[in-house]
Amino acid sequence: MRVREWMDREAAPRSTFAFLDDGAKKDVRRALLKAVAIPGYQVPYGSREMPLARGWGTGGIQITLSLLKPDDIVKVIDQGCDGSVNAVNIKKFYERTAGVEITTDTALATLVQTRHRIPEEPLTDRQILVLQVPYPEALREVEPSEAQTRRMHAEADYARMWLHLYEDIVRFGEIRISYRYPCTVNGRHVMDPSPIPRWDVPKLHMADALFLFGAGRERRIYAIPPHTRVEPLEFEDHRFRVEDFSGKSCARCGATDTFLDEILMPDGSQTHYCSDSGHCDKRRAGWKPC
Amino acid sequence: MSYVAVQGGREAIERACEAYEHRRSGRTSAPLELDQIREQLHLAVDRVMGEGGLYAPEHASLAFRQAAGDTFEAAFLLRAHRATLPRIAQSEVCSTGPMRVIRRISSAFKEVPGGQILGPTSDYTLRLLELDPLEDPVERRNHLRERLFSGKEPEGGIPDEFPRVVELLRREGLVQEVTSSSEEPFDITRRSMLYPAPRSARLQSMARAETGALLFLAYSSMRGYGDIHPTLAELRVGYVPLTVTNPVTGRTFVAGEVLVTEAEVVSRFSEPGGEPRFHLGCGMCFGQNELKAISMGVLDRCLRSPSPSCPAEDQEFVLYHADGIESMGFANHWKLPHYVDFLSDLDRLRKAREVAHARA
Amino acid sequence: MEALLRAHGITRRYGPGCALCLDSTGADAGTNRCPTCGSVWACRDVSLELRAEEALGIVGESGSGKSTLVKLLHFDDPATSGYLELARLRQLEGIGGIYADGCDWSRDLFSMDRYRQRRVRDASMGIVYQHPHLGLRMGVSSGGNVAERLLSAGWRSIGAMRQRASHLLERTEIPLSRMDEPPRNFSGGMQQRVQIAKALSGDPPILLLDEVSTGLDLSVQARVLDMIRTLREELRLSMVVVSHDLGVIHLLCQRTMVMKNGQVVESGLTDQILQDPQHGYTQLLVASQLQ
Repeated sequence: MRVREWMDREAAPRSTFAFLDDGAKKDVRRALLKAVAIPGYQVPYGSREMPLARGWGTGGIQITLSLLKPDDIVKVIDQGCDGSVNAVNIKKFYERTAGVEITTDTALATLVQTRHRIPEEPLTDRQILVLQVPYPEALREVEPSEAQTRRMHAEADYARMWLHLYEDIVRFGEIRISYRYPCTVNGRHVMDPSPIPRWDVPKLHMADALFLFGAGRERRIYAIPPHTRVEPLEFEDHRFRVEDFSGKSCARCGATDTFLDEILMPDGSQTHYCSDSGHCDKRRAGWKPC
Repeated sequence: MSYVAVQGGREAIERACEAYEHRRSGRTSAPLELDQIREQLHLAVDRVMGEGGLYAPEHASLAFRQAAGDTFEAAFLLRAHRATLPRIAQSEVCSTGPMRVIRRISSAFKEVPGGQILGPTSDYTLRLLELDPLEDPVERRNHLRERLFSGKEPEGGIPDEFPRVVELLRREGLVQEVTSSSEEPFDITRRSMLYPAPRSARLQSMARAETGALLFLAYSSMRGYGDIHPTLAELRVGYVPLTVTNPVTGRTFVAGEVLVTEAEVVSRFSEPGGEPRFHLGCGMCFGQNELKAISMGVLDRCLRSPSPSCPAEDQEFVLYHADGIESMGFANHWKLPHYVDFLSDLDRLRKAREVAHARA
Repeated sequence: MEALLRAHGITRRYGPGCALCLDSTGADAGTNRCPTCGSVWACRDVSLELRAEEALGIVGESGSGKSTLVKLLHFDDPATSGYLELARLRQLEGIGGIYADGCDWSRDLFSMDRYRQRRVRDASMGIVYQHPHLGLRMGVSSGGNVAERLLSAGWRSIGAMRQRASHLLERTEIPLSRMDEPPRNFSGGMQQRVQIAKALSGDPPILLLDEVSTGLDLSVQARVLDMIRTLREELRLSMVVVSHDLGVIHLLCQRTMVMKNGQVVESGLTDQILQDPQHGYTQLLVASQLQ
């Protein structure tokens, strides 16, 4: 065989389905298997460059690309919304490289990729939620060095994280962590649940679905398998609390049990809409104002 | 128009992409040709190749044009393109000994074997903005060509190989040898770096790093945040042949040559109890990018400091923050909507204010 | 009295080591640094036993290896060789893999993983360093400093931790009004007392003191030492007391080991060592310090 022939054979694009070459997909899947085996543990992997910028969901995208099958139905949301810039970009990319069907209905999706929210509708054991992660390290708040935080995880040395919360309570009467609220997974690893609001944290606990977390820039993958304990760090006399929406409801669908966006009106007043736009649309179709 | 519209978002995004393309294509000027970029803006092309991690002058020119001259964006385009290319072979370990030198200087000695070859550089020009060029550019080009290439070759010709300046110091035992392992180099494009990172990973990471970021860190060390007082033993710019083994026949052949810049920096430091020696720092990158090679050489030396005492000597600090593709992507991502997180922040702030008022 | 902790052949070497090291370092050689390979033998073949409710003194000049020894016992630094065992303690029963069935002594703790070492340390030891910044987080409240070890041991009630912290800070004479202030606002003597409160937070049976009163004013020093003596009696603590000052050792310790260049040169009852020192180096120490 001549070099030219060999190169044509080896260099020819083997699989154009879902952008990544097969080797890269295998790399990601291996990391995913390890992540599922050790819930909450950050698995280092060789993150590839994506045509979307670092910080724009490249970790989540690589996970999705390595899992996609032609018959998958995909939903992508950004801040809960199907039409937000990041979600639109990513969907465009999936349509172009994998040709998969796109939906805004959580119940129809086989795979949901999200930035900063978990859908309101409970996910089933047939669904995977892929979360985009900017900072995979929950301990970064108290320790800047990666070598140190890896040691701390290995030794389950979490006193400094707890101390951080203790100090907040002593000084401010409140834990000041708003989103990215640290959780203990399976009674072992302290994990960053990605920048979801506290509202979404309880949805991770003993869930039916599989949660996969991808941090492309920081090159880490981690996971919460179905039916795994996920407990936010809290004290017996200072419980974890979600955002307070009491007395408020969605101006579109009337929901009082969802995470609400605060919208500033031109006259300076406030109104509220569901952050989960797909859920809101669905409810609105069946909801009549009295 | 809200940029998280439930409806119509997609439409607006498409138009934004088109507006970018339209603005880049200019109003009345002639469209930029790729060979103009490759030949006349070659330093930008070199920089894009280095930071993009792909030696491909045509592609880099294309990226530079598509990015409207933004080197971050152009390097990003090139690197994303690189991710789609299968790796079909690896080159043999390449020595810069047989480099076809176009520039080679040493600031450590007045004279060096093989001579100082100044080559193409802006170092010795007067930085006067040429508001009114005296000659027609094409005439000027012909004039320069005549002057530079019609003369006689120097006596004895141009040597095939230039002896390394560092070798001279090494012969005297003045250079602390870096223990080079025969291990396969760490490949940061396939594995996630773990700290402390091996030298091969550090060098690879810096070779792809953003020029300005490396300069910033190296400068901090030279200026005072650190104890590196570097001397540039040698700076070379030239073409290096790359050999590849034919996977079928097992024969090696020269696949082509790449333009690189190489810097070897020496700096003294005394280990407690040890004999004082020079420690070598190496920098190398694609194309002609002397600032980057020098900065990288200084940082290579910094990162081997036995007791890191400043940011430039801290592996994690340097390697995590010098990559242009990563830093620009992340800095830009703050333009994405963050209203869910912000609302959660507001909730905490309001609660904390309630507590503060109740306490007061 | 029953032994609580025993260690055998503890060695800590910094550097590669060579064939000539052993002959050219140690008390007789007058150095702990090998002239051939440059290795430092900070601690060499040290064995000791700490009994329940006793204070064991370790005395020597700087560079004798006494502080290194304490750091090794506290797992701050890994030993090059040697082993360390603890008697069966109720505090350690909950940590798996420490005791073999029916054994009165633990397995070798030096060869255990860092996770277990940390749990053993949190449950059985407290340490007070000479420099408060080693033992305290200067920017965290004093109460928080005390709470850190409790949090590490699994305490999850803010109220209970604050109660425990205020109790200990009261015992170490820190005004409760300053409990939520960070130690960096405090004087050296106060910082040292916060460190003691922190060391005692987990109710450990063993307390390690490394030059605890060095650098303090004489009057402050006396107050700190007096407090340690009272706490030892009330809490029935076993202590390892490292000091270059024979006065401190005399005041606190029943038994004493004398170290020089990484090795133990003499050990025995403190009174005996002070009245009738056998080793030339001990004689020199006693003559120079006690009038």
